[in-house]
Amino acid sequence: MNKNNISRRSFLKALGLGGAVVAAPAIVSCAKGDKPTDEQEPPVGKMTYRKNPKTGEQVSLLGYGMMRLPTIKQNSAREDGDAEIDQDMVNQQVDYAIAHGINYFDTSPAYCQGKSERCTGIALARHKRDEYFIATKLSNFSPDTWSQEAGIAMFQNSLKELQVDYVDYLLLHGIGMGDDGMGEYEERYVNNGLLDYLLGQRDKGTIRNLGFSYHGDIAVFDHLLEMQDNGEIQWDFVQIELNYLDWHYAKQINDRNTDAEYLYGELVKRNIPAVIMEPLLGGRLAKLPDPLAKKLLERDPEHSVASWAFRYAGTPQGVLTVLSGMTFMHHLKENLCTYSPLKPLTDAEMRWLDTELAGELMSYNTIPCNDCKYCMPCPYGIDIPAIFVHYNKCLTEGNIIREAQSSEYGKARRAFLIGYDRSVPRLRQADHCIGCGQCQSHCPQRIRIPQELQRIAAYAEAIKQGKDAPVEPQR
Amino acid sequence: MLRKIRVTLAAVFFVGITLLLLDFTGTLHHWLGWMARVQFLPAVLALNAVVIIGLVLLTLIFGRIYCSVICPLGVMQDIISHFNRKKNRFTHSPAMTWLRLAMLVVMVVAVAVGIGSLVALLAPYSSYGRIATNLLQPVYVWCNNGLAAIAEHYDSYAFYSREVWMRSLPTFLIALATFVIIAVLAWRGGRTYCNTICPVGTVLGYLSKFAWFKVYFDADKCRSCSLCSKNCKASCIDYKTHTVDYTRCVACGNCLDKCKFDALHYGHVTKQDARSEKQETRNEKQEARSEKQEPKTDEARRAFLLGGAIVAADVALAQAGKKVDGGLAVIEDKQPARRTVPLTPPGSLSANNMARHCTACQLCVAKCPNDVLRPSTDLKTLMQPTMSYERGFCRPECTRCSEVCPAGAIRPIDVAQKSSIQIGHAVWVRDNCVILADGVECGNCARHCPSQAIMMVPSDANDDESPMVPAVDRSKCIGCGACEYVCPARPFSAIYVEGNEVHSSI
Repeated sequence: MNKNNISRRSFLKALGLGGAVVAAPAIVSCAKGDKPTDEQEPPVGKMTYRKNPKTGEQVSLLGYGMMRLPTIKQNSAREDGDAEIDQDMVNQQVDYAIAHGINYFDTSPAYCQGKSERCTGIALARHKRDEYFIATKLSNFSPDTWSQEAGIAMFQNSLKELQVDYVDYLLLHGIGMGDDGMGEYEERYVNNGLLDYLLGQRDKGTIRNLGFSYHGDIAVFDHLLEMQDNGEIQWDFVQIELNYLDWHYAKQINDRNTDAEYLYGELVKRNIPAVIMEPLLGGRLAKLPDPLAKKLLERDPEHSVASWAFRYAGTPQGVLTVLSGMTFMHHLKENLCTYSPLKPLTDAEMRWLDTELAGELMSYNTIPCNDCKYCMPCPYGIDIPAIFVHYNKCLTEGNIIREAQSSEYGKARRAFLIGYDRSVPRLRQADHCIGCGQCQSHCPQRIRIPQELQRIAAYAEAIKQGKDAPVEPQR
Repeated sequence: MLRKIRVTLAAVFFVGITLLLLDFTGTLHHWLGWMARVQFLPAVLALNAVVIIGLVLLTLIFGRIYCSVICPLGVMQDIISHFNRKKNRFTHSPAMTWLRLAMLVVMVVAVAVGIGSLVALLAPYSSYGRIATNLLQPVYVWCNNGLAAIAEHYDSYAFYSREVWMRSLPTFLIALATFVIIAVLAWRGGRTYCNTICPVGTVLGYLSKFAWFKVYFDADKCRSCSLCSKNCKASCIDYKTHTVDYTRCVACGNCLDKCKFDALHYGHVTKQDARSEKQETRNEKQEARSEKQEPKTDEARRAFLLGGAIVAADVALAQAGKKVDGGLAVIEDKQPARRTVPLTPPGSLSANNMARHCTACQLCVAKCPNDVLRPSTDLKTLMQPTMSYERGFCRPECTRCSEVCPAGAIRPIDVAQKSSIQIGHAVWVRDNCVILADGVECGNCARHCPSQAIMMVPSDANDDESPMVPAVDRSKCIGCGACEYVCPARPFSAIYVEGNEVHSSI
């Protein structure tokens, strides 16, 4: 081939025609390029569906998460909580999603600082009620909403905001969270009789499926499933975190968490459909460190890094739907392509992802923050997720270097410090964390937030002084 | 030729000093720092004999070329005057000797007695320093921030942005007023300021009377065309009597270029010309009319009137029970602590040393990377640097202000020395502390203290279980302000640094 090229070039040279002639038809035919675009437009009517064993309804394997809605400032409501949500864009994307077969929409009274349910309601009310399923949650995290009245008011308000008279999927939100997972669960749902109220609503049909979303203390997860085993309750679905990093490594990342393998296995045993959250770990599995991204692209140059994570989450048959918070149309289209229809991963591919690739990802020692912002607002003004995101970014880009003698130290130091000031205003940086711990119980990943912030503050301080940074124990 | 050399050298100095004053990255002063140190008044205050002798010799040989080349305020006036395209607009005017000497006396007394604010007001280099840092640096930083935004877009770390903030309103207003007054004077009359108010100009002017090289007339060639007088920005040439007032001549060489008859020369003055010099002194005495001057002393009063503090909007922290996720709590602006003894940077030895040596040129303030230094608003030390820790603290690795100070107000120190210089000591304010007020765990001050001077102790000595509060070991505290900066209490920190009149070593 090389030889050919050279000879062609010298041939042209010999003719003295130069570059202009390259356009001549006879030569172009050597490098054929007559296909104008690749198929990037998702097909209609090809969506993969899974059956809800209780109702028999067909649920789209891709569910629309309404937590990261677009704002009029052209970013996600996650990034800029105060900005107004761009309702036109939400409507447009919801229409597109429904047209391409998505029928599961997941929201919560807590999302987007409380604005998500209303926006979702506005967008969906423009469609027939039987074209979509609504999932929302009882997000009574704040202790002053732990009474039965407050819980009922929250549920009734959800119906009003969503402009519906029944909810298809209702979740007890974030079971197992908090420092005392079991205690909080009992305070939020059991002692106040709220769970009984919800079961009553299910009997009445106001709630068609009742389930819970789980983060954190495994004892609460086990307890709820045990209740089902004892015949005290029937869970229609359970929402868990599942992705190729959490499959084997969730516990290693944070010993207070549980591997997805176990969670999913327990649900399959009981034939409870699993709704998957965090298939991308807040986008972390879409933006891998370069060497890992390369491995995925080498295997499949035409599909994105993110598509692997989505296929991973959608492949297990016990999965009802995989939630993705698609802020922009291009996210939506990309994911629709992945699931229209799903090309399941082989067992070998699954294991390669959750063992080999995940293992390598572990070695980066990133902080398992998915930028969900549940910890926010910090009463002392710290921008917790932005700090973690910046730190992780530097880690994956190789800009955390602890030895001052290293030849890369200066460059890394500059990248870390300038990038830090760019992404987090100084008064919101980690050195202002007082360690009060109020954020701690809100973290679904159960990150020890104050400790991590202080660790980052110590790192920043050391490199500001141009010194060696303290060495970290490997996670 | 003389003029071309002068213009080139002046441009080099002016650009150099301006960049020195504008740079906030802490790099340029390694190359350009000497340009500030060769300024006359800072050298006098620093007792920098080499520079003083050098400048005196320079003046005794070449005349007041200091004012034409080295002094940035002088060059600034030439630049402004240059833009006034009206031809032949100057006329010879008699010297205002009384005003010049009065200003010189005021200056000498102010230096002797140690009224820093008055010295600062009159010193030419300091005036330029204030103009550059208050009026020019914000523009410079905004341009830089524009580049930083572009760099950020391309994921480059070539530029980083800096916040522009009003360090001190009185100083800003004084800088603005100084600029307007001097610009108007320069536009209308060239070097009026230099030859009426500037004490450095007066000293060098009287020295340059004895200069070896001077501008002088060749009376035989002069046709009394008056072009020299009309183009003398110092208004010091009287073409009728063929005299030059050497106390006012800044040796710019403009007249030499203008003279069509080669009647003006720059060189050693012959005896013949000594005669005309006497005549010139007579002229001085005549002093028929004096141009009305705007009094400069007006500024201090104005500053005093406008010196009120800016009250920031009072927004409470979002402490309410968390019901939704996301969002950022509003951070209330911190107010500077009300220190009984103001803080002066490490290396300044004492408040007294600072007051006596500082010319308030703002070079240190412009260089402070942690937004700690700002001009004082106190009338006695007006515009001299003082410290506060709302935006940052005096970081252990930084000794920039001590590296740049040309006046000996902040002596050079190294990082090791800095870590042991006690400029003040931290004071805990029980009523403000969040540990007791909000009932939360904190200890951020202790965690960030670089000298481990803060210990957490039970708030109730008899109860080990009581909340832990900070206690300051004064013998270890250096007053860097890390504790004050990271303290979550607002608007006033629960731990703040009280200055020491005299710095000591721990």
